[in-house]
Amino acid sequence: MNPEPRMVEVRKNILKQNDVIARALRERFRNDEILAVSLVSSPGSGKTTLLERTLTLLRPRYRVAALVGDLATEHDSQRLARSGAPVKQITTGTLCHLEANMIQKALDGWDVGKLDFLFVENVGNLVCPSSYDLGEDLRLVLLSVTEGEDKPLKYPTIFNSADVAVVTKTDLAAAVDFDEQTLDRNIQAVRPGIQILKLSAKTGKGMREFLDYLQKLRQPRSQAASAV
Amino acid sequence: MHELSIAMSIVEMAQEEAELRGNVHIQAVHLRLGLLSGVVKDALLSSYEMACETTVLEGSRLIIDEIPVEIYCSKCRTQRPVHSIQYFCCAECGTPSAKVTRGKELEVFALEIGE
Repeated sequence: MNPEPRMVEVRKNILKQNDVIARALRERFRNDEILAVSLVSSPGSGKTTLLERTLTLLRPRYRVAALVGDLATEHDSQRLARSGAPVKQITTGTLCHLEANMIQKALDGWDVGKLDFLFVENVGNLVCPSSYDLGEDLRLVLLSVTEGEDKPLKYPTIFNSADVAVVTKTDLAAAVDFDEQTLDRNIQAVRPGIQILKLSAKTGKGMREFLDYLQKLRQPRSQAASAV
Repeated sequence: MHELSIAMSIVEMAQEEAELRGNVHIQAVHLRLGLLSGVVKDALLSSYEMACETTVLEGSRLIIDEIPVEIYCSKCRTQRPVHSIQYFCCAECGTPSAKVTRGKELEVFALEIGE
């Protein structure tokens, strides 16, 4: 005979371990005055191309580095390394997203010296990365004009978790009858007030605004630091 | 698909709790799952069964309580449900808000323990 089961309250966050490490990373970035920027998107939205261009353009003025998550290959890190910036690959194997402990492990023992910007390219996936805080200051969600204006409505969780939306491959907009207003409306519906930047890493259009945005976020910290 | 690794964390956590309480038998795990947690309920349920295999949790049930999304509405000056997960505005007055106050939960809330 089974007696009545009794209920005991536990209240434990499943991702607590990840969140604890993410908090420690955020603290570390703050102390080291690093602006940590992560990039999430579907596979093929142009994360690596944007990042290669960004590293190349920021490098003359800032100390930059990148961590790149990929399931199996090292193609992305090889492409990013062409910028001349230090790049480290995180091969996730079958894991479809990065977790905070992978960032911590990759940073430990990586002698890149002092940094101004650290970029983290997540695995191409619009679902799983949304659950994991990586300790980043800024999460960019990328979306190319070829993916369809309703994508934010299909993946509201990741768009809602982002700080900035970057619309990529705008040089292809005319070819795919891209409807800019509809996309803007859909992004704002799932994440009201979010900054939307549009660019083509290929032609360079919109890159200046993108870089200005990043540099402005970096600035207040250095000013605060020099004021001390 | 990260539900399997989430399910394995749930099983691990429940096992620890069972040990802490003197190796009690866990019949069910109650989970609070926010609609913005990024975890799919059905995928988690089938992953849970797999994750339980050959552990002391084998045969236990996962009971999922789905938590709706709420935002802070600056106009109503209180927490309100969202219109929908595709439209982050106050369900009462329509004011858009990105301040999510509820719906990201991924929490083992309680355990059902049998003798």
